[in-house]
Parts: sequence; structure tokens; C-alpha cells
Amino acid sequence: MANMAQAIRMALHYGEKHLGVTDIFGEDVGMPLGGVFTQTQGLEKSWNTPLDERGIIGMAMGLAMAGERPVAEIQFADYVYNTIDLLKLAGNTCWATNGDWNLPMVVMTPVGAGIRGSIYHSHSFDAMMTHIPGWKIVLPSNPLDAYGLLVSAMQEQNPVMYLPPKALMRIRGEELIPGEPEDQRELSKMIDAPLGDRSKWKAKWPALEGYSVPIGKGKIVREGKQVTVVSYGRTLLLCADAAKELAAEGIDAEVIDLRSLWPYDWEMIQASVKKTGRVLFVNEDTEVTNFGEHLIRRTVDELFYELLAPPRLIAGKFVPGIGLSDALERASVPQPEDVKSAIRSLALEQP
Amino acid sequence: MSRPRLVGAEKSAPSLAPDLLVRMHDLMVKARVLEERLIQMYKQGDGYFWIGGPGEEAFNVPLGLLIKKGQGPAFDYLHFHYRQSATFLAMGEEPIGALRQMKNTATDPYSGGRNFAGHFSKRAWNLAPVTSPIEVQYAMAPGTAMAQKRHGGDGISIVTGGDAGTAEGDFASCLVWSSRPGNELPVLMIVTHNKWGISTASDTQQGPKNIADRATAFGIRNKTIEGNDPVVAYQELQEAMDYVRKERKPFLLEARVSRLFGHSSASGANMVEGELDCISAFEEKLEASGILTRSQMDEVRERYTAEMSAMAKQVREEPQPKPEDIWNHIFFEGK
Ligand SMILES: Cc1ncc(C[n+]2csc(CCOP(=O)(O)OP(=O)(O)O)c2C)c(N)n1
Repeated sequence: MANMAQAIRMALHYGEKHLGVTDIFGEDVGMPLGGVFTQTQGLEKSWNTPLDERGIIGMAMGLAMAGERPVAEIQFADYVYNTIDLLKLAGNTCWATNGDWNLPMVVMTPVGAGIRGSIYHSHSFDAMMTHIPGWKIVLPSNPLDAYGLLVSAMQEQNPVMYLPPKALMRIRGEELIPGEPEDQRELSKMIDAPLGDRSKWKAKWPALEGYSVPIGKGKIVREGKQVTVVSYGRTLLLCADAAKELAAEGIDAEVIDLRSLWPYDWEMIQASVKKTGRVLFVNEDTEVTNFGEHLIRRTVDELFYELLAPPRLIAGKFVPGIGLSDALERASVPQPEDVKSAIRSLALEQP
Repeated sequence: MSRPRLVGAEKSAPSLAPDLLVRMHDLMVKARVLEERLIQMYKQGDGYFWIGGPGEEAFNVPLGLLIKKGQGPAFDYLHFHYRQSATFLAMGEEPIGALRQMKNTATDPYSGGRNFAGHFSKRAWNLAPVTSPIEVQYAMAPGTAMAQKRHGGDGISIVTGGDAGTAEGDFASCLVWSSRPGNELPVLMIVTHNKWGISTASDTQQGPKNIADRATAFGIRNKTIEGNDPVVAYQELQEAMDYVRKERKPFLLEARVSRLFGHSSASGANMVEGELDCISAFEEKLEASGILTRSQMDEVRERYTAEMSAMAKQVREEPQPKPEDIWNHIFFEGK
């Protein structure tokens, strides 16, 4: 099974071969490194840029304007912050020109904590990004979705922000990417660049298929009747694990992987909350003005009379950074125990 | 009667044909009258904000005439700032669009009543949307230029901004990205230097004697020119463009220009003293060389004044966008 970095690489390869992707670029994206998470190794259209995030986003916008199909990477989401006005501009270009211009471009940038990344390699970007209209925003939690969402992103006529969680770059899924060989060692031999001299190496790509995950569609990863848990990215895994463990205690949680933050699958959330009457939103971004707060507001607005308990949010603490020490990181972002006890108490709460 | 001399003939550089000079004059006056009309509309409450380019016509008209106009990478991509109505008119644009944008009508061809005056956009001519944030256009120009270099042909990316804005990082980005060794890009970087930010004098903020000097460090060819003389501007632009078109390498052109009505309506939009008016200066030369008479030039101005007055009246009757229009075009609906 491919890990997420390999899945991204294979999607990009599919994109440059079949979807007209012309450029895959960013800091250290080209060879010899092929991305700090190895996610762009061996690609034909990849190249290294100057260390200039604003230049990277500007380049993507210019290429998209001129009819190319760029995929730009910002090495860590922590460094995409100094491009916010350009992101705002990319998002408003279609609207501002009354539909005359559109920008078919993908920006990918790895998000979140969990790699002991300290203060400047642990930021999330979901609240910030969902505050910028005109973009589609996706955030995979497993390699197959990472592949399928990226394939969709590369077919879009609008800017798409693709946010793989850093901590999940090495996780393996349970499903094969269509076309990927079953043996992971075989896959590795084909598409992982060797250590040492890479100047003559070329990837041998498997015959991949254009499998896509539609933008805006969530996925029920576990069905349940008692409480709805909505998450995405790294914390989705915590939620799925918690639900599994709580089943042994007789608590029956439904877990939704949102996958797309904009547009997002309100229908799926709505149907689930109508069934369970209880909902917990979980993500690792700082909790003040958090995307989960928007979801709670909408839940209260539209589903108030369906609710058996107040909707809850578990998110990162509102502190300026994530400290390097294990104790500090753990205290800052949701941990399995936090998720479990929140689901438990919500499931048992009586009106 | 003495034989008409060509304007610019006193210099050693080859001069321009009389019919081109007449055309440039016509367009310069047209652009000036348009801006005057826009200011008047603003002052009469037919708009909320004015910003534009009176004072820059001598540079902007030749620029518009030299652009390779069309859609796609075979043609020039234009990353303008908000003072370039004269360039747009010289490209053949109808002035009524600017009035519609000032009046923020539903018929505003650039933004449907959403954006400020002077914030043009026209995909059919590769004119990227003019934006309010200063200098961001410099970050995008290398992108279109890269597509053009790849495409082949002689299309170039032209990016324009003011002097104060060159302090932004995006200006440096453009210098860096357009001159990567082995990957030089066909970008014509233009700085129209009017000596001011809004109220901040450039010589209190900028170290280099000429902004163009900054390009030297990158091995980018550059020049500082007198942008208030349309003949000089035409010739220098032509030379710079020829270089970028042929060599597929960047060029930084700094043009010294006037700012005749201050920064924008935010600073009153009144005529300021002590700035050279490029149109008066040009008209003196045209008259002295016998190319146009005073009454011919007056006639041009009167004709455009009447035309644009009628347009303003027409635009006043046109519909405003509907509230529900806010939901249109958040995402692109086409293929
Ligand atoms: C990023 C940004 N900062 C500040 C402003 C406010 N602002 C508008 S025009 C201007 C001065 C620009 O001066 P210059 O670049 O010389 O261009 P000019 O208007 O003189 O042609 C400023 C500060 C802005 N529009 N964008």
C-alpha cells in the first residue's frame, strides 16, 4: 500500500501525464530531493524555485492566467501565511472580473502538528483558508483520498488549496490506489528515488487510473446511531480510533471524514445529526475563530430542534505556537483521550 | 511658411512620422478628457472614488500603441496598475467602460459594478485584472512570461507600477524570478516614477538614485527615461520591447512622469501646481513644428469633452447591479 507521500506523487504523475499539468514547483520540489516529504520525486514537470513564497503563488497565478495548469507547493503551511493577500486575490479574481478570468491552479501545502515540528512547522491552515472565498479546499486523511482529491483538484477550473497533514505523510491506507502494485516493496522500487546519486534515476510509474474523489463530498468512515463525530485530516484518525474503542463500552458513534472544507458536505452532516441528535467537531487548528465554530453555528441555526445536547468542538489550544517538548505538543492539540472523553460525555449527556 | 519639422528631430534619435504624432496627441487628449470626466463624475456624486492617470499620457499612450494585442501566450500579457486608462484607450478600448465602472453600473465591462475606477480587466486582450494591493502584479508577471517563453513567438509580459510600490517584496520577486540563470523570462518591468507615494516623497524613502539601478545587480538591462515626452517614450519603449521580444529576457524601464491631480480622490483630485503637463508641452512642440494648429488641437479637446459628457449622461441612466448578483462568479462556471 502506498503511503500518503507516494499517493501524492502518483497523483501528480497522473496529472502531468493525463490532466495537462504543466508545472509542479516550489522550494526543493524538483530533483535531487523531490520534496521535503518526497512527495514530488521523479516527476517530469517538477522544478525548484527561489526561496520566495510570494513569488511561488504569483508564478502559479501567472501561469494559470496564461492557460497553463500549475501545481505549486509551499513547503510548510507555516510559510504560506506571508502569501495571504495573493491567496485572497486568486480567490477573488473570477468574482472581481465578473466571471471573465479564472485561475485553474492547485496550491498544496502540508499542515498541522504531530511531527514534533515546534513553533514553525505545526500550524494548521483550515480556519485561515476557509476565510478566503473563491477557493476550493481539500484535506485528505488517507493515501487513497490524497490521490483522489488531488486528481479532482487538477481538473478544476478554480483555485484549489490542497492540505495534506504532515503527520500523515508516511501512513499507509487500507485501500490500493487503482493501478498501484499490491506489494509495497515493489512500489517503492518503482517510484522512490534511491539514496545517493539520483542524477540518472528515473521513476517507473505503475499504470495508474484517474480515480477521483469529488470535491465537496464527505465520507462516513463508521456508521453509528448515538453521536456524530465530524473531523478531517490527522484528527480524523483519532476520532475513528476513539469510536472503535468506545464501541466496546457500548457507545455507538458515527464518524464523518469531511475531506473537503469548501465546499463541504453539509447534507452528510445534517443527515447524521438528525439521526443522532449529538455532534462533536474535531480538528487541530487553534480554537478561536475555528472552522468548527462555523459548523457549530450552522448546526445550531438549522438543526437546533434536532439536538439532544449542545454541539461541541475539540480543537487546538489558543496559544501562539506548538512547543517542541512532547508535553507541550500534547497539551496543545487534541489527543486520543480528549476525543474519547468528549464523545463519551456527549453520548451520555441527557437533556 | 517654414517646412514642418518632425518633433524630436532636435535629438539625434530618429523621429516619428507626423501621422503617428497626431494620433498620439489625439489619444493623449482623449485620455485626459476621460480622466477629467471621471473626476467630475466623482465630484458630482456619480462615483465613490477616483484614481487614474492624468499626467502619464505621454508614456502610457505610446505603450498602448506598441502592445501586441490579443488573447493567449502569443500576445502580450498586461499586468497594469490603476493609472493606465491612456494605455487602454491607445489599445482601442472604448472610454464608456471607464465611466460605467466609475458609476458602478451592471454594465461595467470590467467588474460588473464591483471594483474601483481604473481597475480594468479584459481577458480578450490579456489584460489581467488591475488590483488595489500595490505591486502584487509583479509577482504574477513571471508566470505569464514563463508560459510565453514556452509557447514561442514574441509575446511578452508587461508589468507596470509606481515608484513607492517598488519597496514591496513583489518587486524584488520579479527581479529574481525573471532573471534566474538559464531561465530568463520575457518581462518588461515598468516603473512610472512620479516621485510620490500618496503623500510620501520618494527621495525620503528610496536609496538608489534611479530605481532602474536595482536591475543592474541581477544582470537585467535597464534604463531611466523622461516619460513626459511621448516621442522619447515611444522610442525607448520600442527599443526595450524589441529587446525583450527578441532576446526573451527581462528589461526594467523607469519612466519619470507627472502626477497632475494628486494621488486620487482621497487627496482631493485637484490640479496641482509645479508639475509639468505632458500634453501642453507636446502641444507646444506640435504647434511650433506646424504639425497641428492650436485650433485643430482645441477642436480635438472639445469633441472629446462633448462626447464624454454625453456618455456620462447615458451611463447615469443605466441599471445598477442587483443585490443577488453578489452570488455570481464566485466560482468559474465555464469549461
Ligand atoms: C499593499 C498596499 N499597501 C498600501 C496601499 C495604499 N496605497 C494606495 S496607492 C499608494 C501609493 C502608491 O504609490 P506608487 O507606488 O508610487 O504609485 P502611484 O500611485 O504614485 O502611481 C498606497 C500606499 C495599497 N493600495 N496597497
